[in-house]
Amino acid sequence: TTGTQSLRSDNKVTVHFINRDGEKVTAKGSPGDSLLDIVINEDLDFDGFGACEGTLACSTCHLIFDEDVYKTLGPVTDEEMDMLDLAYGLTDTSRLGCQICLTKSLEGLVARVPESVADIRQSKDGSS
Amino acid sequence: MNGSGNASFSTCSPKVCIVGSGPAAFYTAQSLIKARQDVEVDLYERLPVPFGLVRFGVAPDHPEVKNVINTFTQTAKHSRCSFYGNVNVGKDVSVKELQQAYHAVVLSYGAEGNRSMGVPGEDLAGVYSAKDFVGWYNGLPSCRELSPDLSCETAVILGQGNVALDVARVLLSPIDILKKTDITQPALEALAESQVRRVLVVGRRGPIQVACTIKELREMVNLPNTRPDMVAADFEGVTEALKDLQRPRKRLTELMLKTALEIPGEKEKQNKASRFWGLRFFRSPIEILADPDHNRTAGIRLGVNRLEGSGEGARAVLTGEVEDVTCGLVISSIGYKSIPIDPSVPFDSRKAIVPNNMGRIEQAAGLYCSGWLKTGPTGVIATTMNNSFDTARSMVEDMDLGTLDVSAAKTGSQSICALLEKRGVKPVTFSDWEKIDTVEMRRGEATGKPREKLLTVEEMLQVAQK
Ligand SMILES: Cc1cc2nc3c(=O)[nH]c(=O)nc-3n(C[C@H](O)[C@H](O)[C@H](O)COP(=O)(O)OP(=O)(O)OC[C@H]3O[C@@H](n4cnc5c(N)ncnc54)[C@H](O)[C@@H]3O)c2cc1C
Ligand code: FES
Repeated sequence: TTGTQSLRSDNKVTVHFINRDGEKVTAKGSPGDSLLDIVINEDLDFDGFGACEGTLACSTCHLIFDEDVYKTLGPVTDEEMDMLDLAYGLTDTSRLGCQICLTKSLEGLVARVPESVADIRQSKDGSS
Repeated sequence: MNGSGNASFSTCSPKVCIVGSGPAAFYTAQSLIKARQDVEVDLYERLPVPFGLVRFGVAPDHPEVKNVINTFTQTAKHSRCSFYGNVNVGKDVSVKELQQAYHAVVLSYGAEGNRSMGVPGEDLAGVYSAKDFVGWYNGLPSCRELSPDLSCETAVILGQGNVALDVARVLLSPIDILKKTDITQPALEALAESQVRRVLVVGRRGPIQVACTIKELREMVNLPNTRPDMVAADFEGVTEALKDLQRPRKRLTELMLKTALEIPGEKEKQNKASRFWGLRFFRSPIEILADPDHNRTAGIRLGVNRLEGSGEGARAVLTGEVEDVTCGLVISSIGYKSIPIDPSVPFDSRKAIVPNNMGRIEQAAGLYCSGWLKTGPTGVIATTMNNSFDTARSMVEDMDLGTLDVSAAKTGSQSICALLEKRGVKPVTFSDWEKIDTVEMRRGEATGKPREKLLTVEEMLQVAQK
């Protein structure tokens, strides 16, 4: 651990994920990183997360927030809404993790990884 | 049997084989390899190239969707995973033979059959299934010779799912967009010459029942140089119904309404769109109409429907009234369906799936299924991913409980490859595929495309065996 690294880490933002088993996983990212970047860089083990690699084409990076946090996350584009509409267990405070970029003000943010189909058993979907 | 559920004192590792190499196969493999440190997984694929519908289904202008290939490649390169392409299970090797060589066999061979419309005139020139049309522009070897005739002005697509919209979009996209994708060269040339100016996407039911998702609809709305052409009367009562819809269906319906009812502003009028697309509702195909010489499609007779019931469960009922539409091209996009590949495997021909319980094939110990073969041909890759994880979970549970016996030593790929060699079948390995991949990307680079696909099995095998 060199001096520059610790300087950099001072600048980092801490976020917490609640995984599918309900456990809290804490990780750090740099401002400008997306929540998907953190999951990948920190090698967080959420099965199938980020299948399209952040290109707004899959909805597997679905995350759920508390309402007060959700409001601070900024506007949602139509395209993000379109993909979110395909997510399992969609809520009013759902977002796509690849579309949320870290800022200093998001320090301590909590994001819940929703349960997968096995638990929800949705029968309706779009394609075919 | 191994009562403790612990494989540590067994010298052999559980050997699993998966039939297919689409998303279902790769996600099942990925999940198994992760859940058990000892399991070995082999994939057997009919074609010399992997990835199933990600390569041969997903539209060429959706490259982002194909990013899943990176994860699949990681799985394929895992030390406990092997790929054997160019092996047609059911023909080159039977499922029974695979079961003898492996502790468990997972069938993930997708839905390669086609639902037919069952109307007179279906065999006329100018009528195609969406499955073949998609296979043609995506370079599926068996569809290479399709060479669809695009010399007419109006095309009718039957069905309103995402595949129907993919086809409509490809038919109407500016060639400048398509030429930067991995669409095949013959398809690109045919589309550049295409006379098709108007595409009607026809559904049996109403706007509230469409099967497409909003992303695909928005892509149509935003397609350069095209204008929507809808029938306002189809949307009667839809505004009133909006309030009772759930968010995804509501946003989709709102976008459709806006598109249908918006009076084109000055800007749109100036943008002289030369091509049109429209959704048509409450219509069922009754007959494909031939030209006077009886060889080509000249139109389609549609029966007018009314709805019985409301919401997503509403049923279309013919009223007896008909409407003829002039068109030279009819593409039926009413669904894919799975087909049986081996008589020893149970198959539900009514639902066209393998009967299963959480991926365990009923009345067949050691046999599992995942993907479209398990659920039927609906849903996006994320849906397939989740149901494949479920199947892997069932398998791991069964191994742990001992209901899937993995104690006896099995020969795995060793005996299967010996069998294949005797039968004159040369499997393509993953590094062989990488040679094909390199050649395709190099060829693409020359023309400014991400890839130029090899179009025949012979050519693929030639490159693989270099
Ligand atoms: C036209 C089209 C467009 C689509 N676009 C999108 C999209 O944009 N986004 C999205 O998320 N989803 C899309 N989908 C859905 C997605 O493709 C499916 O969810 C997914 O591919 C299903 O995976 P699968 O593995 O069950 O089947 P498949 O992908 O079909 O894989 C089956 C594999 O098994 C092989 N096989 C068949 N028979 C045998 C045999 N006898 N022996 C050995 N191997 C065999 C096949 O060659 C194939 O490789 C699209 C689907 C279609 C049809
Ligand atoms: S990673 Fe696919 S939409 Fe975010």
